[in-house]
Amino acid sequence: MIAEAGLAALWLAAAMALLQLACAGLGLRLKQDELVAAVRPVAIVQGVLAALSFGLLILLFLQSDMSVLLVAQNSHSAKPWLYKFAGAWGNHEGSMLLWVTVLALAGAAIAVLEHKLDRATLTATLGAQAFIALGFYAFLVIASSPFTRLDPPALDGMGLNPLLQDPGLAFHPPTLYFGYVGLSIAFSFAVGAMVTREVGPVFARAMRPWILGAWVFLTLGITAGSYWAYYELGWGGWWFWDPVENASLMPWLAATALLHSVNVLAARDGLRAWTLMLAVVAFSMSMLGTFLVRSGILTSVHAFAVDPTRGSFILVLLAIYIGGALALYGARVGRVKAGQGFDLLSREGGLVLNNLLLSVILGIVLIGTLYPIVAQAMGQQLSVGPPFFNKTTGPIALLLVAAMSAGPLLRWRRDEANALLQRVTVPIAAALLAMAAMFAAAPGTGWMEIAGLGLAAGLTIASFAPLWKRNLLRTPLFTWGMVVAHFGVAVSLAGMAADSAFTSERLVAARYGQPYYVGPWRVVLNGVAPVMGDNWSAVEGRVTATRGEGSTPLLLTPQRRFYSSPPTDTAEASIRTRADGQLYAVLGAQDAEGRWQLRLWWKPFVTLIWFGGALIALGGALSLIGRVFRERRNTKRREDAE
Amino acid sequence: MKRKHQRLFLGLAALAAIGGASALALSALQDQAAFFYTPSDVATRKPDVDKAVRLGGMVEKGSLKHLKDGVTIAFVVADKEAKVPVRFTGVAPDLFKEGSGVVAEGKFTAEGGFVADNLLAKHDERYMPPEIADKMPSPDTLAK
Repeated sequence: MIAEAGLAALWLAAAMALLQLACAGLGLRLKQDELVAAVRPVAIVQGVLAALSFGLLILLFLQSDMSVLLVAQNSHSAKPWLYKFAGAWGNHEGSMLLWVTVLALAGAAIAVLEHKLDRATLTATLGAQAFIALGFYAFLVIASSPFTRLDPPALDGMGLNPLLQDPGLAFHPPTLYFGYVGLSIAFSFAVGAMVTREVGPVFARAMRPWILGAWVFLTLGITAGSYWAYYELGWGGWWFWDPVENASLMPWLAATALLHSVNVLAARDGLRAWTLMLAVVAFSMSMLGTFLVRSGILTSVHAFAVDPTRGSFILVLLAIYIGGALALYGARVGRVKAGQGFDLLSREGGLVLNNLLLSVILGIVLIGTLYPIVAQAMGQQLSVGPPFFNKTTGPIALLLVAAMSAGPLLRWRRDEANALLQRVTVPIAAALLAMAAMFAAAPGTGWMEIAGLGLAAGLTIASFAPLWKRNLLRTPLFTWGMVVAHFGVAVSLAGMAADSAFTSERLVAARYGQPYYVGPWRVVLNGVAPVMGDNWSAVEGRVTATRGEGSTPLLLTPQRRFYSSPPTDTAEASIRTRADGQLYAVLGAQDAEGRWQLRLWWKPFVTLIWFGGALIALGGALSLIGRVFRERRNTKRREDAE
Repeated sequence: MKRKHQRLFLGLAALAAIGGASALALSALQDQAAFFYTPSDVATRKPDVDKAVRLGGMVEKGSLKHLKDGVTIAFVVADKEAKVPVRFTGVAPDLFKEGSGVVAEGKFTAEGGFVADNLLAKHDERYMPPEIADKMPSPDTLAK
């Protein structure tokens, strides 16, 4: 019954999307106010129905209803409830339903919360949102229905991939999807504005909080995913340039560029066409990511079952939406009036440089990600891995960090080169000092690591410079947001450079009681004992690590787990965090002589990477709150004045 | 600077950036892309020694051996037609086992063997590398 209700809710939501599109389209064309007025409530109903459908799917998973194919394939009655719950989106169909639900909820959120935008543009925006949703509803009900029944029901489920049985599953995909799909709002805003030709500061100020919100979620989702991969995969790395990671990085790069260009549009009425373009590109990258991940053309941790019809379906959707938006852009951009001009040495100029560099990185990541797919289509199998991406994007990212140290110190409209040089003297000195210190302390370090640490030091100081000589209590919240986010980039960069430059690694066939050394640590495997979990059993290594004489030993307990459904072995890394880094241990197999494979890493300051990511997201959230309150106050003032 | 000139300048800067990025990306692709080989590919045209490649196939049943040092394994990657011996030093991925698919990243040595510095085994039971799925009857675990 629940499955049928879920499917019905999904169909009804799709019908609402169709109605929403029809009301918006006809209402605007025929200038029928009744139709236009219906768009908001219909969008809200669509959001509620989609959420209901998704809620019912979660209920099916919680109840372990094995008469539903999807539950039988991906769940098991003996799983802890959290993984039954989160398992609802740990598979292709469920994750697509989550995707569409977020899309519908985004539309509902616009309908409820957006009051700044003029009515015609808002209506066109909601129409565009419904148009996107329709395609994905069709994809769900035709090619990947999550509610298909299994007759006769299975005795029990096949279980969830053990690597996904982790609290990370409850957090990472939904957060990422809120970001990914939240960018649809920017896309729909851009389409709406191209339809009504209302592009300007009002439009930019209306769009800005939505971009910030999506961007905050995207940042959190990527950061969480990176940490999850780091501790769950047991490879000791935090970013693998896996195509699916790139699929989340590309929308983030575009959204970051958009976030900065929309400020130029809001403050100075410049970069009109470019901002529209970025809004289209950002969500196009989200859809491209969905295509890459869900089509099964990639060999990846994230790709679920391979089904060619699904790939072609998403590819068609992709072509319709991106092609349609670009065609509209091509037709309308000529008539979007040019905005205000500006001097090249100015805040606007700095933001343009930011956008150029981000776009270049985006282009390189895009080429590196798609090249193997294109080559495969032409009959050649190849892969593009970390060496390519590090070598190409690294230097440009460092250039970007250098530019972002100076950018916020520039004045709007025009600035003097000498004045700028004065303002950046201290950060440059700090950067050079840090590089020299690093070079003296560890002469063999690569130039990228040295430059990275130096620039991180410079950016740390430069990011706080906008607060110099200001009354900190009266500094607007969005300025604080910028400061915190830029500081977060410096923190994260410092972590990346430190991890890359100073990590020590050991792989040993460990005998009990014998000491091994990694970095400053003395590590001993004392024994291996069996342990039991809810739905797994394991052997657990008892490893003690000491640093220097007389220090309290740390206990590490890396495990090899055996899950029965589905039958799988996994390694659970054991990680101990100290103020200056993390000690990371992975237990391998036992050999014939009774020795255990033990892989050890000492990773100085690696935690800064994710701490910085969290700071970046926090900065975005502060900006969002600051902007919303400022807009409210301005609206109120205007009303009072009238 | 006049508005027209500025637009021209920005346009040129954007073009230069895109051109530079493409040139950088394409030149890096030339020497960084790792080509994919199946064992039968290797039999017909052997890749150059010391060039980074990926070798994909099934881990042949009964071929997995643990070497004396305790951290190195040796096994045979096979498809229907050919076999390649592989060595790998490190902790093999969780889903790496005999009779399942594997993609080994590494290099061929002058002696003819393959030394992997990374092994990829898919983190999904239903997985088989698409390159191999074309060449092997796929075990449909769902039908069990």
